[in-house]
Amino acid sequence: MKIRLENVVKTFDTFRAVKGVSLDIESGELVALLGPSGSGKTTILRMVAGLEYADGGAIYFGDQDATDIPVRDRGVGFVFQHYALFPHMTVAQNIAFGMKVSKVKRDKAAIDARVADLLRLVRLDGLGDRFPAQISGGQRQRVALARALSVDPKVLLLDEPFGALDANVRHDLRRWLREIHSELGITTIFVTHDQEEALDLADRVVILKDGQIVRQGTPQQVCRDPQSAFVMKFLGDANVLSAEVRDGRAHAGGLSVDASGIPDGKAELYARPADLDWSAQAPGIAATISRVLDRPDSRRVLAVTETGEQLEFDVEPERQVSAGEGGFVTLRRGKVFAV
Amino acid sequence: MRRRNVLPGLPLSLGVTLFYVGLIVVLPLAALVIKAASLGPEDYWRIVSSSRALASYRVTVLSALGATVFNLFFGLSLAWVITRYRFPGRRIIDAMVDLPFALPTAVAGIALTALFANNGWFGSVLEGYGIKVAYTPLGIMIAMCFTSLPFIVRTVQPVLEDLDPALEEAAQSLGGSDWTIFTKVILPLLAPALLAGLSLSFARSLGEFGAIIFIAGNQPMSTEITALLIFIRLEEYDYQAAAAIASVLLLAAFTMLAVTNWLQSRALRYTVKG
Repeated sequence: MKIRLENVVKTFDTFRAVKGVSLDIESGELVALLGPSGSGKTTILRMVAGLEYADGGAIYFGDQDATDIPVRDRGVGFVFQHYALFPHMTVAQNIAFGMKVSKVKRDKAAIDARVADLLRLVRLDGLGDRFPAQISGGQRQRVALARALSVDPKVLLLDEPFGALDANVRHDLRRWLREIHSELGITTIFVTHDQEEALDLADRVVILKDGQIVRQGTPQQVCRDPQSAFVMKFLGDANVLSAEVRDGRAHAGGLSVDASGIPDGKAELYARPADLDWSAQAPGIAATISRVLDRPDSRRVLAVTETGEQLEFDVEPERQVSAGEGGFVTLRRGKVFAV
Repeated sequence: MRRRNVLPGLPLSLGVTLFYVGLIVVLPLAALVIKAASLGPEDYWRIVSSSRALASYRVTVLSALGATVFNLFFGLSLAWVITRYRFPGRRIIDAMVDLPFALPTAVAGIALTALFANNGWFGSVLEGYGIKVAYTPLGIMIAMCFTSLPFIVRTVQPVLEDLDPALEEAAQSLGGSDWTIFTKVILPLLAPALLAGLSLSFARSLGEFGAIIFIAGNQPMSTEITALLIFIRLEEYDYQAAAAIASVLLLAAFTMLAVTNWLQSRALRYTVKG
């Protein structure tokens, strides 16, 4: 099911949560709504679900205007942040709930068979008789997904699906959700504030800030070409150096990078930790190492430049560097944004 | 190694509280049972099954049931309104729910009698429709309703406040109608609290005295409640008969608490970790 949002607006009391968002989601696409808290991402998801009504604009499911269709008739599957499993029902009863209350009547055998299928799909065979309090967080998450899928939704919506889980479980579930999506091909939107999760999982990432879309595209597009300092910073660790642009090149300390299209004057140079390197000789920005943090796959170096700017960058694990050492920070690549 | 408790003096506090419970709860109840037991079985049976006593049980239990059922619906909707809606005066209503607890029950009884008497504000209107409240079992029920209302509201309210709104949203997104959501999701989750409130409300109604005697009329065989019959026997210095009738009320209260506890633990099975 194709979904289209047209200039959607939502205001809570006096707070404008969503300020005119337009978005097209293709049938079968897996889209991440990514943004810091208060960016309006959850509100957008809830409006697509019909759990909130838009104050302005329209939401289309295919060619149908769904803006005013109540949630129970909208045909969406919603997975809540804290799963919202019915605590007094077993796992199987939770999954069967949607089929039991549906206007489409099914007999008990058909419902049981479908519940068994869904339990197998989410790899919880044999746990149907447990109550939600008796299973782990990751298992609850999968029950919530099975329950949402039980009503054959046109769209699957997930609110911070992995937010409440620990890192290992989160990693596995991400892979698994991606597999389920390829298997079922159902249009899916999920909300997250975790850039890594959005980039790992989504076909397309929509980045929001203060109720507006600031950038959208494939993970490759948004990572390689963030187009704004906000997106650059939000997608991952970034060093910021004050720079001066002259004739299409930005200069910062002893470094210079291409800055075509940026007007002359003050600018900021952004570089990821992996974009910087350490050298004993000039050219580069003179700096002193203040700390070295060892990580499984690299060594993270914290350095202070002569002008007092803090920099973080990664060197190979074999590299011998230590605190107090002086040298030069060199640049592999960087992005320049006008201030 | 001895486990250290956060609060010191556990043995002392344990001793003091157990002694206190023994002194003010167990001892009087034991005295009651011993007193009643000092009657022979035949005398005991004659007293507790006398037609006047039986009539008093009937009017007490039926009125208490009626009051409890009424409070189940009214208390639940009051708790619902207080937790789910924001309207001017909500906090005042919330505070007023406790009034039946705070008010001396005799005051409530006199006020209700004044309202429902033939010439009272409500009584004179109801008289026109041929409904008599004061000095009838209906009056007893109304007095019971008044004094036991807070139990249901105060047991259900906190559970209702803690109910995750996402549960209702989840049920909606799965296609559930409002009625389905109420009966299949909300009510089962409220059931343990409702049961607790019901049993407290019923127990309170069984034992209520002060609020009722003013409005009941106290006609033996029709509007005489059991608690009053016990009081009358005491006034006649017939302590054994009073204890015998009281032991019947005691047994009823115990049985009911046991049944509700069992029902509650059944209703809460799902919270047991596996």
